[in-house]
Order: sequence, then C-alpha cells, then structure tokens
Amino acid sequence: MPLKFERQENVSALRLAAAPLLALVFTLIVGAIMFVALGHDPIRAFSIYFIQPLGDVYTLQELVVKACPLLIIGVGLAFCYRANRWNIGAEGQYVAGAVLGSWLALATNGGEAGPWVLPAMLVLGALGGALWGLIPAFLRVRFGASEILTSLMLVYVAQLGLDYLVRGPWRDPAGFNFPQSVTFDPVAVMPLLMEEGRLHAGIIIALIAVAVATFVLGRTLTGFSIELAGTAPRAAAFAGFDEKRVTYGVFAVSGALAGLAGIIEVAGPIGNLQPTISPGYGFTAIIAAMLGRLHPVGILVASLVLALTYIGGEAAQISMRLPFDVTRVFQGTLLIAILAADVLVRYRLRRVEGTSHA
Amino acid sequence: MAASAEGAAAPASLLEAVELTKRFGALVANDHVSLSIRAGETHALLGENGAGKSTLVKMMCGLLQPDSGELLYEGAPIVFPDPASSRTRGVGVVFQHFALFDAMTVVENVALGLPGHEPLSALAARIDDCVQRYGLTVEPWRRVGELSVGERQRVEIVRCLLGNPRVLILDEPTSVLTPDESESLFRTVDLLTSEGRAVLFISHKLDEVRRLCHRATVLRGGKFIAEVDPKQETASSLARLMVGAEVPRTPRLVTHEMGEPRLLVRNLTVAGDGSRGSALHDINLEIRAGEIVGIAGVAGNGQTALFEALSGEAPGDPESVVIDTVPAGGLGPTERRALRAGFVPEERLGHAAAPDMPLSDNVLLTTHGDGGIVSHGVVRHSPLKRYFQGIVKGFDVRFGGKDPKARRLSGGNLQKFVIGREVLRDPVLIVVDQPTWGVDAAAAAFIRTTLRERAAKGCAVLVISQDLDELLEFTDRIAVMSEGRLTPPVPVAETSREAIGLAMGGMHGHGAEGGSHAA
Repeated sequence: MPLKFERQENVSALRLAAAPLLALVFTLIVGAIMFVALGHDPIRAFSIYFIQPLGDVYTLQELVVKACPLLIIGVGLAFCYRANRWNIGAEGQYVAGAVLGSWLALATNGGEAGPWVLPAMLVLGALGGALWGLIPAFLRVRFGASEILTSLMLVYVAQLGLDYLVRGPWRDPAGFNFPQSVTFDPVAVMPLLMEEGRLHAGIIIALIAVAVATFVLGRTLTGFSIELAGTAPRAAAFAGFDEKRVTYGVFAVSGALAGLAGIIEVAGPIGNLQPTISPGYGFTAIIAAMLGRLHPVGILVASLVLALTYIGGEAAQISMRLPFDVTRVFQGTLLIAILAADVLVRYRLRRVEGTSHA
Repeated sequence: MAASAEGAAAPASLLEAVELTKRFGALVANDHVSLSIRAGETHALLGENGAGKSTLVKMMCGLLQPDSGELLYEGAPIVFPDPASSRTRGVGVVFQHFALFDAMTVVENVALGLPGHEPLSALAARIDDCVQRYGLTVEPWRRVGELSVGERQRVEIVRCLLGNPRVLILDEPTSVLTPDESESLFRTVDLLTSEGRAVLFISHKLDEVRRLCHRATVLRGGKFIAEVDPKQETASSLARLMVGAEVPRTPRLVTHEMGEPRLLVRNLTVAGDGSRGSALHDINLEIRAGEIVGIAGVAGNGQTALFEALSGEAPGDPESVVIDTVPAGGLGPTERRALRAGFVPEERLGHAAAPDMPLSDNVLLTTHGDGGIVSHGVVRHSPLKRYFQGIVKGFDVRFGGKDPKARRLSGGNLQKFVIGREVLRDPVLIVVDQPTWGVDAAAAAFIRTTLRERAAKGCAVLVISQDLDELLEFTDRIAVMSEGRLTPPVPVAETSREAIGLAMGGMHGHGAEGGSHAA
C-alpha cells in the first residue's frame, strides 16, 4: 500500500512538546515486549530498571553522576545540531579531551604541584576536544567532506590512541600490567560535593554550561546566526553570517564541551586513565540532545532520563542477569522513537491514489 | 447548474467550485465562492493580496479541504483528498513558488513528479516533444540550480503538461517573463485551449487578462465580487472591481536634483561556474543620489551574479564596487550594510527571509549590524519588537496571528515586509532584485511609490526587473542585461519598449525575435 508524507503547516507547540513523551511511552512498550520475550516479568523488570534506582540517596547521586557527562556533551551537540551540522563524534572528542587533560595530571603526578593543576586540566580537556572537533569541521569546509562520516571515524582513531597510551607509555609501572595509568594526585581530582558517594563538582560546571548555552542560543546574535545557518543557509549568507565561521564555531564549542566532559569524568568518578572511560556517553548524548529538543534545559531533563537507563541497566545486570546490551537497546529504541515521533508530528501520513475516499 | 440554465449554447463546465467556504480561525479566506471553468476557455482569477485566490486554487486541487460547498467535475460532485488525486483526474497546477530540486537536472525533477518509473532518456524525449509542441524553451539535461526563475517556471509548466491535464491552473505565470516570453506563453495557452483544455489564469496584469481570457472571476476580501467578460472591460474598470477603489499610478517625481554618485560599478567581471549560466563581463554603472536606475533583461542573463556581487555575498575586487565613495568590492554583506546600503534579493523565501523563523526574527537578518537592536552581541527584544511593529504598520504587512513564520505570509505581504525592513534602515543605496514579482497590483504600486519616495529623499535605487512595464513606469534610466553584459543606461524618456526589447535579445547578434521563432 503506497504511503506518503505530507508536511503539516500548523503544528502546535503542545504536539511538539508531546513528541518526546510519546517516544518514551513507545520505548517502554517495546521494552515490555522484549522482557516478555526474554522470559522475565515485565513489571518486575521495569521496577528494577526505573523505579528502584530512585529509591535511595546513593543511587540518586549516581544518577546525577551519570547524567553529568551526558548533559555537558548534549549541550555542546545542541550548538552543532541547531546549525544543521551533524557531529556524531562527540565520543571521540570526549576521549581526546580526557587524554590531553590527563597528560597534565600524569606529568605532575607525585610532584609538589599546587591547586592550579585541576583547572589547567579542565582547560586542556576542553582544548583537546575542540581540536579533535575542528578536524571534521576543517574537512567539511575545505573539501566538502561529510562531517557525519569524518567525525564518526575519528571516534575510533581517538579510542585506539587512548588504548595505545594506557597500554604503552602511560601505563602504571606498579599496576600489575593492567592497562591503566597511575591514580591521579588529590590536586588532579574533582572535589566531591557530599561526604559519601561520588557526587562531584562537575555537575556545577554542567549547570553553568546549561545556563550559558541557554543564554547564548536564545538571546544572542551568535545563537541567532547558528539557528539561521541551520534553517536557511542562503538567508544566513545574505545576512552576512559566514558559513565557515559557523561550522568552525559550533564544532569548536561542541568538541570543547565533549572534551571537558571527558576530563571531568576521568578526574572525577574514575580517577585515572583507562581504555574504558566511557560507556558510550558521546553517543548517548546524541539521544539526550534530540530528546531534549536541542534546548539546554530540555537536555538537562533528557540526560537524567538516559542516566536512569544506565543505572537501571547496572541493577538489572546484577539482580536479573540481563546483559548490559539491554540498556543499549533501550537507548537505541528511544532515539528511533524520538526521530519517528518528530516526523509523525510534523508530517501527516497518507495513502496515495488508488484508495477510496470518504 | 448555472451553466445548464443558460441552455445548450454555453459549453459545459469542466471543473466547478460551488459556494466554497474556508475558514482559518477567525479569518474567512473564502466566503461562498463559486467559479466554473469550461473546456476550451481561458478563465481569469483576479484579486488582490489576501483576496483568497490561493485558498480557492488550493481547494480546487485538493491541497486544502473546503469547510462547506462542493466541487463538481464534469457536473458530478467530486472530492479531491489530496493533490495527487486531482492530478489523476486531470487538474494540473503551476504554483508561484516552485517545487524543484536545485541539485537535480530538469528531467530528474520531472521524473520525481510522475507516477511510475520511466527511463530518463525516454522522459527527456517526451519533454522535448512537449517543448516543441507548445513552444516552451526547456533543456532537459540542465541542472535546475543553474536556471533562472523564468526557466524554472517553464519546467513546472512542462511537468504539468506531461500529465496531460484537462484543466491547467497557472498562478501568476507572467510575473517573471519578458514581453516576448509572455507572448509565447500566451500562444501556448491559446494552443492548449484550442485542444479543448481549460486554463485558469491568475494574474495581476490586467492588460494580459483582457488580451488572453474569455471570462474573469473577481474576488475581493474572500468574497465573490463579479464574473465579467474581460474583453468588455477596461483595465481600470477591472482594477476597480479588484481593489474596490481607484488604483493609484506611481507618481513621477523627477523634480529633485541628482546628487553624489552612491554606487559605482567599475569593470566588474565574474567568472562563470563552468555551466552555461552567464557570469558577468566588464560591467560599468553609476547611480547617483536621488536616481532610480533599472536593469532590464530576461531571467538567467547574469542578474543573480550581479546582485550577489553588489550585496557582498560574492565579494571580489575591492575597486569593482564603490558604495558612497568607499571601495566595497571586497567587503561582506554586513560591512556593506554599514555603508548604509540595503539589498532585497529576488527569492523571498530562503534568501531574503528564513521561511521557518518568526517574522520578527527575520528583522534581524539585515538590521543586526545597525546598532540599537543588537548590543554587545545580545539581541534586545523590545527594540526588535518596535522595529518589527514599525515595518508592519508603516508598510501595511498583513498576516494572521501575532508573529507567524515567514512562510505563512502571502508573497505580496512578505515583499512589503522585506522592502520595509530595508527602507526603515534609512539607506543611501537600495538594490532590489525583482521588487514586484508575484505581488498584486496594489502592493506593487505601493512598493514602487515607496522606492520613488526614497529616491526623492536622496537615496540611490537600483532595480533589477524582468517586468519592462514596471521599469518604464518608475525608473529614470534603464540599462539592459544580456549574457552577462550590460548596456549603458539610457534615460527612459529617450527609449522605448521596442528598443529595449531589441537589446534584451539582439545585442550579441542572436536576433531579437529568437524567442518567437521557438513557438
């Protein structure tokens, strides 16, 4: 049966806001079917996944800890996506930032360095991510290469680079040959916010990023030029906004924030450099950005939702012996559902000719 | 029903709208409007901006569903749930805003609009046949991105004709054509009706309607006003029906003195992009304060390249463009606006305005460098709203809602907005590409008067237009663009339609009447 999409001219703000909720509901339905197919009671599974983690202070802290990198990266991605530049490589920029920031931590390790180390690491982390992000921007501006492909491929380059470092030159000599660096000095570690648990100062940086991004995207000429370049490139050129500058700018911001998230994670909950510094934060943040409607405050909420899938996934691994891939399935289903809900809200599906009409 | 009452003498209606009503919120866009198109006739639909012509056409082809009333096809009630179903019943529409993909060739674009799969070469042959038969000049293998507006329109017409329509609806078809091109379109239309097809011709050019159409339906304010025989009417009596009052002619105000040169173009040359699309060869032009200079020419002869070289979207040699004594050829758009130059491009949606942004945000496109609205990089909302309200009130921009997206506005209202946005900046130079394309008579008169008034206040105005009548009506000097070259401007009083028409086609020995031989 032939079907086609028609653009809806009047889409109410309410329906646009409802699309992510719809996507969540759809994801839960798919999840229920999946649990039944795996032979589990879906009610119990959902309870372990989504309800129990909200029960005590420790897991609530963990929720925020997991949301922190998603939030920082997602806010950066909003700059790119609003400008219609599709940076898929935040994971690589995250790794690049973590590596460059960790370099300082390792260089000063065991020395008498003062409290300047951590701020300098954060700056280097942002710088590393920005430089990594500028590579696809350059390739797009100079050669017209698709940033989707180049940014994604650079993820693997960054991950393999990290792998080499922690197995080779940066490996902890006293680490029983485990592929990891020495543990960072106290001056190179994010301060904790509470006596117990792992809640660290990174979340404050994340909230500052949300506030600044909300202002820049919503109220400034820079934000306007990003939006304009994304929706009407020719009008942007007519308005005098240089397309290349926009491309470099959004990739630099997006990369810097991803790199910052990387170094915060390494200097925070992890404490040293390892091959597995990210359970796919850079990719999950794409979902957070889309689910949050590319608005920093929306991304804040979306990050918490997605962090819950991580926490619930860990709990389900332990108590139900479900593989961690279930979490990936949830996240993937959610992304597809958001994209589909977006299309279905903005467009109307109709049968084409050959069918009868009322 | 009305037709049958008149007896067998009148041919039966092919497509008839009976008492159609359509509301958008509080606005009644069509209020019990009736219209019948007969086989073998050219029927005109006349009306001002917002008179409801587009709404009516959209209901007749299934893009919109009427709230009440019905459509009759060959006398039997019919419902078109979507444009595809109307197309299969033989109703073809060529809209004012074209739906073509720039990156694809003509034949690929046509293939996209047709059901089923057909080899491109076979389709190209069909296009060539259609082109031969109806005298439309279209090259199937060119990329649409290289085509001018006029050429794109012909692509749309060909695409419609390949569907073998019984009713062809043309929305403002001649706005972008030269007199010659219009003439050949008229011959095409005459040919179509002689084959028993019906044509619904939407136009603001009353002379054309009188020359071409057998009957005319006039709408005003969403209501049916009259059905007349345009040949029995004068242009001014038709205009009265449309507007409900006398239409003002643009007053000629050449009493003021010409001042300093505001725009100097010296030896401007732009290399071609490898395709056949004309670049610019050695353009020279001087416009002084208080003067309106027109550039006539058929679409696709380098007008777009010239506009972009002037607006700064395609900067080049610094000395090639001088704005108000400052060499500006190497500057970008924002820097040129800082020299108090204003630019209005041809394409309203996507170039002059961002279609999916609210109209008030579209104010920022050309005003962000002027100070006041943007300070220290921050957009200040109250000055922005004030400026926006200034445009809306000062230039009579009409729309539904408080601040709709730019794409929701009609062509004429959006053009008034775009012109108003520049005029309120109080520029010393305005460059306008196609100021009144697809704009109704009253709005066009308003726009011309506005530009005249600016000139009287010492602004230099450059108008690039394919509407020769418009240029003759309100410019001081006219130059002609052809294949990337520009003739020296001649005072309007010392030239004529014929001389300009000759220069449009005949400057480089291709023969002035090349267009007519194509038929």
